[in-house]
Amino acid sequence: MSQRLWIILGVCAVAVAIASLLLPTPGLARLLQTDPGLLSTIMFEVRLPRVLLALLYGAMLGGSGTAIQALFANPLASPDITGTTGGAALGSVVTAYLIGFSGPFGVALGGVAGAALALALLLGLAGRHSDSATLLLAGIAISALAGAATALALALAPSPFAFYEAYDWLMGSLVDRSLVQAAMVALPVLAALGFLVTRAHALDMLALGEAAAEAMGYRVTLLRRQIVIATAIGIGMAVAVCGAVGFIGLVAPIFARRLTRAHPGRAILPAAVIGAILLCLADVIVRFAPAGRQLPIGVVTALLGAPFFLALVLRMRVEWRG
Amino acid sequence: MTASALSARGLELAGRLRATDLELDAGSLTLLVGPNGAGKTSLIHRLAGVGEGKGTTLIAGEALADMPPARRIGRIALLPANREIAWPLIARDLVALGLGGRSDPDVVDAVLASLEAGHFADRRMEQLSTGERARILLARALVARPGVLLLDEPAAHLDPARQIAMIERLRMEATRGAAVLASIHDLALARSFGDRVLVMEKGRIVADGSPHEALAAEIVKSVFGVRWEREAGWVRA
Repeated sequence: MSQRLWIILGVCAVAVAIASLLLPTPGLARLLQTDPGLLSTIMFEVRLPRVLLALLYGAMLGGSGTAIQALFANPLASPDITGTTGGAALGSVVTAYLIGFSGPFGVALGGVAGAALALALLLGLAGRHSDSATLLLAGIAISALAGAATALALALAPSPFAFYEAYDWLMGSLVDRSLVQAAMVALPVLAALGFLVTRAHALDMLALGEAAAEAMGYRVTLLRRQIVIATAIGIGMAVAVCGAVGFIGLVAPIFARRLTRAHPGRAILPAAVIGAILLCLADVIVRFAPAGRQLPIGVVTALLGAPFFLALVLRMRVEWRG
Repeated sequence: MTASALSARGLELAGRLRATDLELDAGSLTLLVGPNGAGKTSLIHRLAGVGEGKGTTLIAGEALADMPPARRIGRIALLPANREIAWPLIARDLVALGLGGRSDPDVVDAVLASLEAGHFADRRMEQLSTGERARILLARALVARPGVLLLDEPAAHLDPARQIAMIERLRMEATRGAAVLASIHDLALARSFGDRVLVMEKGRIVADGSPHEALAAEIVKSVFGVRWEREAGWVRA
């Protein structure tokens, strides 16, 4: 990817982050008229964590989506479609409401365990390099199972408000998160992403097929485990704090591979930047909801991402026919 | 004594390949034949250290298992039987992957030109015909001029003229000094072009020698159940 493209991506990311930070709203103006001192509190304690989480979570979705797609040699694999986000949500809900570890670390650990379990199940069900149909069917089954189990866990939870509380979080929300929570996500997400970027070269080689890559000295079984673990850690932590956000992990890799001449591995870093831009943008859109209403960010990404997914399916159908 | 280009001991894969030793010499074209399911792919994969199974392979005296990716470039290359490429890579980029991602357009252009593949090298893989795709995938295996070249059915799905062109290209690689092993289904081609022929049956090498020895009429009859007739070609024995 050329330096110019990197600069354009970087400028876009900074621009959307600043826009999200400084976006004026009618309520904000009134608030500041009564107490101008609130400005710095709102910037640093309300908006900054929100922007940071959007950037981090979006980057993780984009980067891990690209890595999973490269691993499965399939452009339809992504954290949400493979059931990874659903598994993370289930893990967090079970730890928080059934086991009772509702502290941030317990929930995060549950998220990571749930994501890892879902990915391991997918590898077991769909096999290593399965066709789209098997992969999607396995992903649908895992997502459905995770969704049903999450609902069951909430129904059985001792707290009568579990459903109501969890809804807000499960649909994806970056509102009312603290800087501490942002920092808690930042560490594992940046570590996981950094690690995935070091696997980019091996994943490019995997494009030649598993046998060719192994003969070239890349240990595919190890690579598979590494990517599953890194994705589970990053996605599990992000879901535990921000809930499930769909479609970014599917759409960002598609854009990114257009910038890397279809190389699946070296698209990881650009996909992370694109994912960060997309989720930050979705978070700006959320704020145009009617006054007094909260729009879950997962709804916005799904509304924007689903048409892309449909277009992708349509294109594949045309290819299969042709 | 100098080490063989490739020396393998105790290659084994449960149910597919019985314990096998094999030496391949530099500058020699070895063709591997056998009925479907005889263990040709398993042998080639074990030689290249791919997948499950037992055994050790030495490349010019050095253990393959201990060689990191950078060290394998130019020493060994495998062309697998599976020709599916999941991503719409540009043909030229795919060939460059054979250099381990190092960008060296001159080297890539040279190998593409030698395979008469330059004129479609800027197209995407899925836009190529079967024959064009086969040449690009071969170019990827050849681009780093490996000392050991292992190919699993390189002539599959090619028309007769292209099959001959493919084998002639492998002969050129042997002439430059590589140890080349390729599995092939066409016994006539194996007889005409191999320096050495290996015949496999039920997971074992049952004949190993010059094409004349290894493809003697009685071996061909017992392993493949066919015999050659001047007028009709291969017929059931």
